[in-house]
Amino acid sequence: MSQTTPTTPTRVGPGPTTWTPGKVGESDRRPDGVPKVTGEFEYSSDMRLDGMLWGATLRSPHPHAEIRQIDTSEAEDLPGVYAVLTHEDVPGRKVYGMEIPDQPVLAWEKVRYQGEPVAIVAADHPETARRALEKVHVEYGVLDPITDAEKAVQEDAPKLHLSGNVLRRIRILHGEGVGAAAKADVVVRGEYEVGMQDQAFLGPESGLAVPDGLGGVDLYISTQWLHIDQDQVAESLGMDPDQVRLTLSGVGGAFGGREDLSMQIHACMLALETERPVKMAYNREESFFGHVHRHPAKLRYEHGATRDGNLVYVKARLVFDGGAYASSSNAVCLNAATFACGPYEVPNAEIESHMLYTNNPPCGAMRGFGAVQACFAHEAQMDKLADELGLDPLDLRIKNALKPGDRFPFGQEVPPPAPVREILERVKVMPLPEEQEVMGRDLRGLPGGVSNVTHGEGVKRGVGYAVGFKNIGFSAGFDDYSTARVRLTVEDGEPLVEVHTAAAEVGQGLLMLQAQIARTELGVEKVSILPADTRVGSAGSTSASRQSYVTGAAVKLACEGVRERLFERAREELGEPPDGLSVEAGNVVRDGRTVVPLAELLDGDELEETCEYHHRETHPLDENGQGDVHLQYAFAAHRAVVEVDVELGLVRVVEIATAQDVGKIINPQALEGQIEGGIAQGLGLALMEEIQVKEGKVLNASFTDYLIPTILDMPTVKMEVLELADPEAPYGLKGVGEPPTIASTPAIVAALRDATGLELTRIPVRPEQLAGVSDGPPLPDEPTPGGAGYAEVGRLDGRRET
Amino acid sequence: MHQEDIVIVTLKVNGVERPLAVEPRRLLCDALREDLGLTGTNLGCEQGVCGSCTVLVDGESVRSCLMFAVQAGGCEITTVEGLASGETLHPLQAAFWEKQALQCGFCTPGFLMAGVELLRRNPEPDEAGVRAALAGNTCRCTGYEHIVDAVLAAADGAARERTFAEEPEVDVAAEVVAREGR
Repeated sequence: MSQTTPTTPTRVGPGPTTWTPGKVGESDRRPDGVPKVTGEFEYSSDMRLDGMLWGATLRSPHPHAEIRQIDTSEAEDLPGVYAVLTHEDVPGRKVYGMEIPDQPVLAWEKVRYQGEPVAIVAADHPETARRALEKVHVEYGVLDPITDAEKAVQEDAPKLHLSGNVLRRIRILHGEGVGAAAKADVVVRGEYEVGMQDQAFLGPESGLAVPDGLGGVDLYISTQWLHIDQDQVAESLGMDPDQVRLTLSGVGGAFGGREDLSMQIHACMLALETERPVKMAYNREESFFGHVHRHPAKLRYEHGATRDGNLVYVKARLVFDGGAYASSSNAVCLNAATFACGPYEVPNAEIESHMLYTNNPPCGAMRGFGAVQACFAHEAQMDKLADELGLDPLDLRIKNALKPGDRFPFGQEVPPPAPVREILERVKVMPLPEEQEVMGRDLRGLPGGVSNVTHGEGVKRGVGYAVGFKNIGFSAGFDDYSTARVRLTVEDGEPLVEVHTAAAEVGQGLLMLQAQIARTELGVEKVSILPADTRVGSAGSTSASRQSYVTGAAVKLACEGVRERLFERAREELGEPPDGLSVEAGNVVRDGRTVVPLAELLDGDELEETCEYHHRETHPLDENGQGDVHLQYAFAAHRAVVEVDVELGLVRVVEIATAQDVGKIINPQALEGQIEGGIAQGLGLALMEEIQVKEGKVLNASFTDYLIPTILDMPTVKMEVLELADPEAPYGLKGVGEPPTIASTPAIVAALRDATGLELTRIPVRPEQLAGVSDGPPLPDEPTPGGAGYAEVGRLDGRRET
Repeated sequence: MHQEDIVIVTLKVNGVERPLAVEPRRLLCDALREDLGLTGTNLGCEQGVCGSCTVLVDGESVRSCLMFAVQAGGCEITTVEGLASGETLHPLQAAFWEKQALQCGFCTPGFLMAGVELLRRNPEPDEAGVRAALAGNTCRCTGYEHIVDAVLAAADGAARERTFAEEPEVDVAAEVVAREGR
């Protein structure tokens, strides 16, 4: 292996994006829109470098097994193979993890889930790399997997980790707890279940690691949080963080699935070992094994209320299957516990939230993050209660709606604005879509579309409502911040603002938001956004709907710093009193009159500020589950209208109507996209999306078998947006990405119940349940090898057993 | 790999003849992406489900992950890179940009190719027609509404051909209001 001269990648390292953005509150053409419609946009899977090698990962076919021996010699002898690495080759910390470093970079002694990485190879061609994987011989001693979270807590269950199988337990005691049950006239109970949903971002995981020739490495990667990747990669490589530099490459969607590491450490290890650039790119099957999923959950609820419909108490027991490793399960457990009662004023509550290790696929972040599972259950309960009381389900919700100044069950005072009642009332008065005659309708308009073989005799319509909420930003004492560097300069006689953050644009429109803020605050026409990388401080994660708030605030703060220095300069050089100055269209102005053009005032100089914005401190829960735990709360209500063919079990969602509280609209068009896209993922969870796991093995790791909503499944969305400013947030804004995904699911299921009269306690709801053939999920059969396309699960299972 | 396994095939890609030496099993998508460097054609599932790799072969939309390069020998292939003429976007590209019919953009090339085929067959589709024609493409980000809007706008001629530098004329504030009302 020869020393390779470090090179700047020929097809990586995006340049700055410069354009005239809209101002805050305006829609803007995405600056990445042109490269994305012409095909020039470079996703991480598109990167290539001369002389680069291809990495590949050998994964465990077993959900639980001892590793007795790994023999790599045959693979190493294969021509074209440059490196075969195992856990012995991990230079630094052998485990990683965002919250708890419990996940092996490469497994040793044991594998704890199907698909766990065991060895990695680098070769001159992707096919050679895959062939080499087949020559790595791993001797496994197969163990019984723990696949039921409830069984993982039993005394005799084998311990999957030294710490045991309980990842986290939270108990919230509020008021008298269930001691208040005697005051309730009516009690309803229910048990609910949520299946394992996948983020299913369309661009599979990929990255390119380039050794710098000096012992360090540059990694070009699609991720949600560059700096937490950098820290974990450096730790496992045994290096200082500044020897591991990360640059964001084109991201093909994320939705939580890129918050954990996938191949980051592997690619760097291979690049450093071979002294060559190494690219790794998962295919769809590997992607299903390469990232965490939404936690499956079992939720047991009891709601008590007075005869006139006031909630008296809520008792809830939530059990989450965290899978084999911790990922962000700790925080999901907390979120679910704190959102368990929904956005209602509940005087007494007892909540238990359990997060357990099993041998199922690891679960972690996905849009909605714990609030999704809880919302499905608490909203079903509210409908049940309304039914029991003979009240309108919306009126019951409105009657119990949280308002500012109330206390959450975890003790925090509800901060303003909290327009729960308002959004419910908005949804209530939105006109319902007209009922269309079913018989004789164009086939495409029937539930199931052209696959509906009837004339629509069995079609019934239903309407359902739900409301949900989500914390924005990181919670529970985490020092959540973002860093922005802003530089005002003059280029070709025109003032230009350059913005540099490490915040990950994953498709949501963050480039626009940063530029809109810079243009608004510094009154310039041209803004340049530098590529996100680790040369600037952390921006925190593109998750928890937090980037508009936290990185938005950091960019705003840095712009204000630059602006102050401009005004100071105007005072020093022109004797202008700084009070009453502002910036507009490239000029410093007072009362609408130009004082001096920015270019003239700068006179060839440049002004630069780097600012960190740390949001208000939050606190962890105490032993009774009490504390000021979250930063900001965003609310959304949904109404679903569905048609169900009760004979065939097919569904057509006719319309979703929603009202959401966003604080301030920064970019109307991008906001619509977040709301509509979030609803689509909520619809998917209600009706079709589930990773099916049997005995710890994934049965449907492909887009043939894991279904996501198509353009025919998604209805028109009617939306109303409330702009009630949060006094603490920049421009008064609230995070918008997650709320649409939370209550859309229970609204659809409520509409299905309305249409069918069935209880429907498990999501996704299957056709056989709707047709009354089965009460619950069917037990899936083992897949037939060769039956699911070229990369069927059978191959992964069988790979090392033969 | 033996020499006899290699086939010489000429693809006419975006109007340019591109001779290639490929194995018979070389997928069209890999030939486009890896051999010709046309990475605008994206691979989302590699089994013909997601539609991200859609290209036009003699004007018909085809999933390039389900076709061998040798099958396309002598055919006219259009990829997303071939839609714009110089600096001028195809009206459908312009409409996707203006209507924000994309977020991460990974599915966009496939939607554009399927949309171009639709508009060639039916220059004035209604909403149901647009949805039917694009049912073979999945988008995980947008919820599809802006995609429908963009195709209808392109069909209307509302999104006339424009160069990159021109300002869009879409009054988005008005659209939000209109959507609330519908």
